[in-house]
Amino acid sequence: MSASTHSPVLKHHFGDLGQQHASERLGMWMFLATEVLFFAGLFGAYACYRLWYASEFEFASAFMNLKIASINTVLLVTSSLTMTLAIRAAKLGNKSGLYTHLLLTFALGTGFMVLKGFEYAHDFHESYLPGEGTFVHSNMQTEAVARGLDTGKVRLFLCFYYIMTGIHGIHIVIGLGCILWLVQQAYANKIPPENYSTVEVVSLYWHLVDAIWLFLMPLLYLAGAHLKVGPH
Amino acid sequence: MTTAVTTAGPKIAPVPPEPPPAEPNYLNVSYSLWSWLTTVDHKRIGLLYLISISVFFVAGGVAAGVVRLNLLSPDGAFVNEDTYNRAFTGHGVLMLFFFLIPAVPGVLGNFLIPMMIGAKDLAFPKLNLASWYVFMVGAGFGVWALLAGGIDTGWTLYPPYSSRSSTSNVIPGVFGVFISGFSSIMTGLNIMVTVHKMRAPGMTWGRLPLFVWSLYATSLIQLLGTPVVAITTVLLMVERVAGIGIFDPMIGGDPVLFQHLFWFYSHPAVYIMILPGMGVISEVLTCFSRKNIFGYHAVAWSSMGIAVVGFLLWAHHMFVAGISFYSALLFSFLSMLVAVPSAIKVFNWTGTLYRGSITFQAPMLFGLGFVVLFVIGGLTGLFLATLGTDIHLHDTYFVVAHFHFVMVGGMVLGYMAGIHFWWPKMFGVMYSDWWSRVAAAIIIVGFFLTFVPQFVLGYHGMPRRYPNYPAEFQVYNVMSTAGASILGLGYLLPAFYLPLSLVFGKKAGANPWSATGLEWVSPSPPPLFNFDEANMPVVVCGPYEYALGVDQLGRGLPPGPGLGEANDPASKSEAPAAPGPMKKETEVVG
Repeated sequence: MSASTHSPVLKHHFGDLGQQHASERLGMWMFLATEVLFFAGLFGAYACYRLWYASEFEFASAFMNLKIASINTVLLVTSSLTMTLAIRAAKLGNKSGLYTHLLLTFALGTGFMVLKGFEYAHDFHESYLPGEGTFVHSNMQTEAVARGLDTGKVRLFLCFYYIMTGIHGIHIVIGLGCILWLVQQAYANKIPPENYSTVEVVSLYWHLVDAIWLFLMPLLYLAGAHLKVGPH
Repeated sequence: MTTAVTTAGPKIAPVPPEPPPAEPNYLNVSYSLWSWLTTVDHKRIGLLYLISISVFFVAGGVAAGVVRLNLLSPDGAFVNEDTYNRAFTGHGVLMLFFFLIPAVPGVLGNFLIPMMIGAKDLAFPKLNLASWYVFMVGAGFGVWALLAGGIDTGWTLYPPYSSRSSTSNVIPGVFGVFISGFSSIMTGLNIMVTVHKMRAPGMTWGRLPLFVWSLYATSLIQLLGTPVVAITTVLLMVERVAGIGIFDPMIGGDPVLFQHLFWFYSHPAVYIMILPGMGVISEVLTCFSRKNIFGYHAVAWSSMGIAVVGFLLWAHHMFVAGISFYSALLFSFLSMLVAVPSAIKVFNWTGTLYRGSITFQAPMLFGLGFVVLFVIGGLTGLFLATLGTDIHLHDTYFVVAHFHFVMVGGMVLGYMAGIHFWWPKMFGVMYSDWWSRVAAAIIIVGFFLTFVPQFVLGYHGMPRRYPNYPAEFQVYNVMSTAGASILGLGYLLPAFYLPLSLVFGKKAGANPWSATGLEWVSPSPPPLFNFDEANMPVVVCGPYEYALGVDQLGRGLPPGPGLGEANDPASKSEAPAAPGPMKKETEVVG
C-alpha cells in the first residue's frame, strides 16, 4: 500500500496533495449543498405557514427568549472567527495557536448549547409546548385566546421552533465532535502545514451551521419582536 | 469464420497484446470475510452492493408475487385486505429504496466510474465503504419493519394516515428510508467529486463515457433531492411519535405540504433510477452496433437536462390533490418538457443503431428491450402529464403500468444489460451465451404480458392498490399474473447461470466485447488499483471511436463480439454465436 510518498498525509489514490485538497474541499462544498437543501425543506414549510398564519406566528415568536438567542448569536459568530484563526494557525504550522483557537471554538459552541439548554428548560417551565395538554397551562394560551388568535396555529409555530432549533442543535453537536477530532489529529501530528485543508474543511461545515442560525434567529425570535406581548 | 471481418473501419492502430492476468487481482488479493467487510476498494464495495441489492430484489419480487397472485380472483385469492396492503407497500419500499435507487450507482457506478475515468479509486474510499454500511443499517430497519408485520401506507407514506391512523410499523420503515438516503447522498457526492477531480490526463469532459455523464447527472439529483426527503421523513416521524406536527390538520397543518416535499425528492428519484440505466444503454448500443454514438453532446447534455428539469415537475403527482389550476397547468407543461431530453436520447440511440453491424448478445438484447419498453413507458407518461386525461387515469392501473414500463422495462433491463456487459470485467469469466439470450427473451416477453393488460385495466378504471375488483376485470388480471410468472422465471435464470459461470465459465480476456472504454484496458478481473501503476492511462480520443477502431488510449481493438473465433463468447457447443450475416459487408462510417 505504499507508493509515491511525497508527504505522509498524501493518500495513495491521489496524484498529489493539490488534487487531494481540492477533492476534500469540493466534497465538503457539495455536502453543504446537501445541508442547504435539508434545511430548505424546513424553511420552505415555515414560509408557507408564516404567510398563512402571520399573526399567530408573530404572536408566538414574541414569547421566545430573545435575550438568550442574542447572546447565542454573538457566541456563534465569534466562534466562526476563532475557527478561521485556527486555519491560519494550521497553515503557519503554529501548533499552540491551532490548539488555542480550536478549543476556543469548541468552548463557544459548547456555550451556545448550554444556553440553549437553559432556554429549553425555561420554555418547558412556562409550558411553551406544542402538545395541547400542556399548552393550555401557559400564559401564551391565555393571551392568544384574549387576542382572538387560533391557538392551534400558535402551537404549529412551537412545532417549528422545537424541530428547527433541535435539528440545528444536532448539527452544532456534530460540529463540536469534528472540532475535537481536529484537536486529536493535531495532537497526532496529522495536520502539518501542507495539510491545513483538513481544518478548512471542518470550518466550512462550522460556518454553514452558523449561517443557518443567522436565518433561524430572525424567523423564530425577531418575527414578533415588535409586539408588546410575552415576557420581555 | 474469419477474424478479418469489418468489426470496425480501417485499422489505423495495431491491436495491443492481451495484458497478462493481474496477480494479485482485486478478487484474490485476500479471501477472508473480514477483508471484504473492511475493504475500501471501490470494486469490492460494488460487489457488496451487488449481493445486498440482489437479496432485496428477491424480497421485493416475492412481495410482488403475493400481490399478483392475490389479484387472480376478484375477491382476493389468498390473503386478506390488510396483508395485501402490507404486501404492495413492502414491494414498493423494497424495490424503490433498496433496489432501484442503489442498483446501478451502487454496483456498476462504484465499480466502473474510477476505471472509466482512469483513476485508482473513488475520491473518498472510506466514505464509500461507509455508504454501504449506512445502506445496510437503513435496510436493517426496513427489514425490521417487514418482519414486525409490514407497513400498510403505500410507499408514498401520505399523512394523516401514516402519522395518525395506521397501526403498522411506520416508524422503523420510515427510519430505514431516512438512513438509506444518506447512503445515496454519500455515493452521489463521491461520484461527483471523483468525476471532477480524478480524471486521467486527456480525459476531458467531452471524452467522458456517457455512462459517466449519466451517473454524474444522477449524483446531482441524489445530492440535492435526497436531503429534502430526509427532512420530510424526520417531520413525519416527529409527528407520529409526538402526536403533533407540522402536517397535522388539527392545528392548521397541511398534509398536502407533505406531498409537495415528498415528491420534490421522489419525482426526481425516478430519474435517479432511470438515468444510470440510460448510461448503460449508451455504452451497450454503441459496442454491439460497432458505431460511434450518434450525437455525443446531445446525449450527454440531455442527461443534465433531465436532472435539472426533473426537479421542476413534482406536482404532477398531485393534479387531483387540490392544487391550483394555474400551478397544475405549469407543472403539466414542465412534465411535457422533460420528455424532450428523453426523446433526444432515444432518437440518438436509434441513429446509433442505424446501419450498424449489430450483433445480439445478451447485453444488446436487454439494451434493445430497454429502448422499446422505455419508449412505451415514456409516451404513456405524457398521457398522465396531460391534465384532462390525468383526471381519468390518475391512481389507476394505467399509472402502475406506466411506471413499471419505465422502472422495470427501463431500469431493470438497463441494470441487467450492464451486469451482463461488465460481468466478464468484474469476474474474468463469460456466462452462457445461449442461456443469457433465453433469459433476456423470456424477461421481455413476460414483461409485456404482465403490464400491457394493466394499461387496459387502468384505462377501464381499475384503481391501483385495491385488493378487489369487478368480475369483468378478471381476465386482464389473470393475464397479468401469468405474465408475472413468466417474468419471475426469466429473473430466476440469471440467478443460476451467472453464479455458475464463476466456476464453469470460459475465461474472458481483457476486452471480450471489443469495446473502447478505459475499463477494458486492464486485465479481467482488474488489479487492486485498476491500472498498471507505473503506467497510468493517458487518454487520446473520445469514448466511442468504433469507426476508427481504436480505444481511448488510441490502440486498436481486438475482434468484435461474436465475430472472431478467439472472442466467441458462446461456451462449448451451444448455439452458433455468430448471429448470422449481419450486414458485415457494410462499411461502417462514423
